[in-house]
Amino acid sequence: MSKQRIVVVGNGMVGHKFIDNLLQDPKADQFDIVTFSEEPRLAYDRVQLSSYFSGATADDLMLTSEGYYRDNGVNFVLNEKVTELDTANNQVVTSSGRVESYDKLVLATGSFPFVPPIPGNDQEHCLVYRTIEDLEAISASAAQSKIGVVVGGGLLGLEAANALKAAGLETHVVEFAPRLMAVQLDEGGGKLLRRKIEELGVNVHTEKATKEIVAGENCRYRMNFADGSHLETDMILFSAGIRPQDELARQFGLEIGERGGIVVNDSCQTNVDNVYAIGECALWSGRIYGLVAPGYTMAKVAVSHITGGDEQFRGADMSTKLKLLGVDVASIGDAHGNTPGAQSYTYNDEIEQVYKRLIVSADGKKVVGAVLVGDVDAYGNLLQLMLNDMDLPGNPAGLILPAGDGEAAMGLGVDALPDTAQICSCYDVTKGMIKEAVASGCTDMGAIKGATKASTGCGGCAALTKQVLDAELSNLGYEVKNDICEHFAYSRKELADIVRVKKIKTFDELLDSHGKGLGCDVCKPAAASILASFWNEYVLEDNLVGLQDTNDVFLGNMQKDGTYSIVPRVAGGEITPDKLIVLGEVAKEYNLYTKITGGQRIDLFGAQLHELPVIWKKLVDAGFETGHAYGKSVRTVKSCVGSTWCRYGVDDSVGFAIEIEDRYKGLRSPHKLKFAVSGCTRECAEAQSKDVGVIATENGWNLYVCGNGGMRPRHADLLATDLDAETLIKYVDRFLMFYIRTADRLQRTSVWLENLEGGLAYLKDVVINDKLGLAAELEAEMEANIANYQCEWKTTVESPEKLKRFRHFINSDATDSNLAYVVEREQRRPAFKEERIAAVELAD
Amino acid sequence: MSNWTTICKETDLTPDTGLCALLDGEQVAVFYSKKTGELYAVSNFDPIGEANVLSRGIIGSIGEAVVVASPLYKQHFDLKTGACLEEPEHTLKVYPVRLEAGEVQLQPA
Repeated sequence: MSKQRIVVVGNGMVGHKFIDNLLQDPKADQFDIVTFSEEPRLAYDRVQLSSYFSGATADDLMLTSEGYYRDNGVNFVLNEKVTELDTANNQVVTSSGRVESYDKLVLATGSFPFVPPIPGNDQEHCLVYRTIEDLEAISASAAQSKIGVVVGGGLLGLEAANALKAAGLETHVVEFAPRLMAVQLDEGGGKLLRRKIEELGVNVHTEKATKEIVAGENCRYRMNFADGSHLETDMILFSAGIRPQDELARQFGLEIGERGGIVVNDSCQTNVDNVYAIGECALWSGRIYGLVAPGYTMAKVAVSHITGGDEQFRGADMSTKLKLLGVDVASIGDAHGNTPGAQSYTYNDEIEQVYKRLIVSADGKKVVGAVLVGDVDAYGNLLQLMLNDMDLPGNPAGLILPAGDGEAAMGLGVDALPDTAQICSCYDVTKGMIKEAVASGCTDMGAIKGATKASTGCGGCAALTKQVLDAELSNLGYEVKNDICEHFAYSRKELADIVRVKKIKTFDELLDSHGKGLGCDVCKPAAASILASFWNEYVLEDNLVGLQDTNDVFLGNMQKDGTYSIVPRVAGGEITPDKLIVLGEVAKEYNLYTKITGGQRIDLFGAQLHELPVIWKKLVDAGFETGHAYGKSVRTVKSCVGSTWCRYGVDDSVGFAIEIEDRYKGLRSPHKLKFAVSGCTRECAEAQSKDVGVIATENGWNLYVCGNGGMRPRHADLLATDLDAETLIKYVDRFLMFYIRTADRLQRTSVWLENLEGGLAYLKDVVINDKLGLAAELEAEMEANIANYQCEWKTTVESPEKLKRFRHFINSDATDSNLAYVVEREQRRPAFKEERIAAVELAD
Repeated sequence: MSNWTTICKETDLTPDTGLCALLDGEQVAVFYSKKTGELYAVSNFDPIGEANVLSRGIIGSIGEAVVVASPLYKQHFDLKTGACLEEPEHTLKVYPVRLEAGEVQLQPA
């Protein structure tokens, strides 16, 4: 069968998205793709245009490259506008006279900026803001100007104002309506936004209709307004809205809406079946969607239709959250409360400059809209409530009120997540899909994994998937068992209690007294972690080896080809040049791939089993310790450089980070633990995204807990303020031991806190007020743990008996012949399957 | 006909862990379970993760089956039949293994 020819007119964000989606489709090889762009380059990120003025280059903004198109067989012609369309003969003709036939035509021609018909609007320094060429013109004009005016106070206008401000001009915004962002914001929100923007030095003029642009006296131009006032300026940027670029479609007979836009159906087809229109040029159900997300959805729909799928465009939510001139602004749904009978809650803090308005339905049960300025944290919750038509909680005002002292901001537990919420991002599994699987009889994780593939990719969502499963089982009336696995009828917390109270020292003892079967890869490492947390023995004792994941047994992180990575501890991220040289020399000698980690240390990849001890011998001799990157244990304490060097530093964050890291290194826990210490409130160490975060203030240290980065980010909660170092350490001791005792297997502190009855207030009671009378015990356990610390690698390289394990074959000195590598960016990496044959042949 | 090959001594075994032996150019994962008192031998190549790693997996039981869990993606393989419990289209080779006069011995599969 010959391939279908797809011609895509326009290579903007949406046109490119269409091509990219089609390339990712399993049927991609059935299509030839040709795309034309009237611009001199392929698709770039128009949403980030203003970053061009804060240093980004055109290259930084690119969404794709000519190489990518070439590699994937996409034909592209730049600087070439499609000027004629012959739907009868399925042909287009371009500005250079080129004729191209198509089987399917996709119009992604976008929009153009609307320039109000004002006399004098066509002068040299009157510009628009849409393309990189426009930016170059603005940049050139700004270099010869002192004052700049943006006509239009909407979303794009404020973006443009940001650009002028970044270019160093005295900046004015002229708006016809009585407020800024009149479409997205209500009066209160618009007012606060104006105040904030004016404080940033941008002059705002509302209710101004420009009558004419004439020569100025002090500046290049003078704008005369209808109310008799005027404004002098050197340049003018028009950003008064967009119009669909429908000229081609209009000229050659496609159906066009009354006020412009190419009419499309739910499959994004125009009135000619094999011609599609997507993005800002398309008119669906009487609407043009001027945001990129609906355009992307249309691209997906068109690809689906062309490849025989049945996805439909059903409109799009125009809620939006963004930073304009550094001000957080969000608008959800019916921001103006136009819904009949709508009522609202308003929170207006003029001191902190925060405005929030929640608009609810007439019966007070549903969210219909919201406006947020200055603090948009509530955006996610409110949007989910609206999109999923969920009932409001008992006290809706709590959704926009700031959290009082000692209580967590009102959040939504796993039960409150909508069915559309994505749980597993590797396989795009939603909560709804997991619920369906449960309803059809999957009652444990194994069955859920089999039915949905959830948490079978990176596995990072396992805990969340389990929570959805448990919540759903309990909703369906099942008794939810938190049994760790089939061998123990106990949760991790219960097992920890058993081990602690009965002073059990081995897995066999635990299995004989409380379990059945042989154990498995779930309960064995969990038991090993519990045993290590309480008794902290060397993990390679014979009775512990069989319990550990390979990472713990071989004290490295197994990579996909069965080799390991090596991460020495670099406490607080502080390292001497000499040690850095040692790492470089070792990496060079063993040809290890080298990468800096997010935790401020250095990861060396590709060591084979037999190489691990020799490499570590060198590292230990040079004064390095194991970094425990392989364990469910304390990883790093990240720090900023702090007061010893930084002009702004309030306290010695590096010194404190090293002290903390040395104290807790090697501590085994239900999941990995990450710390950070920042030397001032600028928070360069990102402490508020860590399990334990410490920030220096003028009056001592602030302690944050239970933050998380990664796949489910969570802002840490403030546990205590203005602490001296000694008290802080005491609190952290208690906090960590309490977590280790009570958390489930593989439960990060963030999820643990969310599931902790009583929440943050309870945690404060336990840690600070010693409500349970446990504080002394928890501290003593931590002290014992610290006293038992040993560098596992130092112990290992000093024991000939332990070293025997570090060889690939028990009966041969040969190494694994299956390993194959290729060089990329001057370092080696494992060969992909298709590269393997060539690589192996080369090695021979 | 006896074609048993000695790969190591009994004392080289660590209970409830695996080791890898080279048998006529093939990689074999050998496990010893203290509780069952038995030796098991299967191919070392993980057909799902596509790497020679199974000897480094954790052993245990799922129902009645004695299994090893792949250290890469955690699928379980029955040590007696070689069958993968989660993805039955994959099966490991199973090798005869025995303890003879303090030596661990293998036969080709």
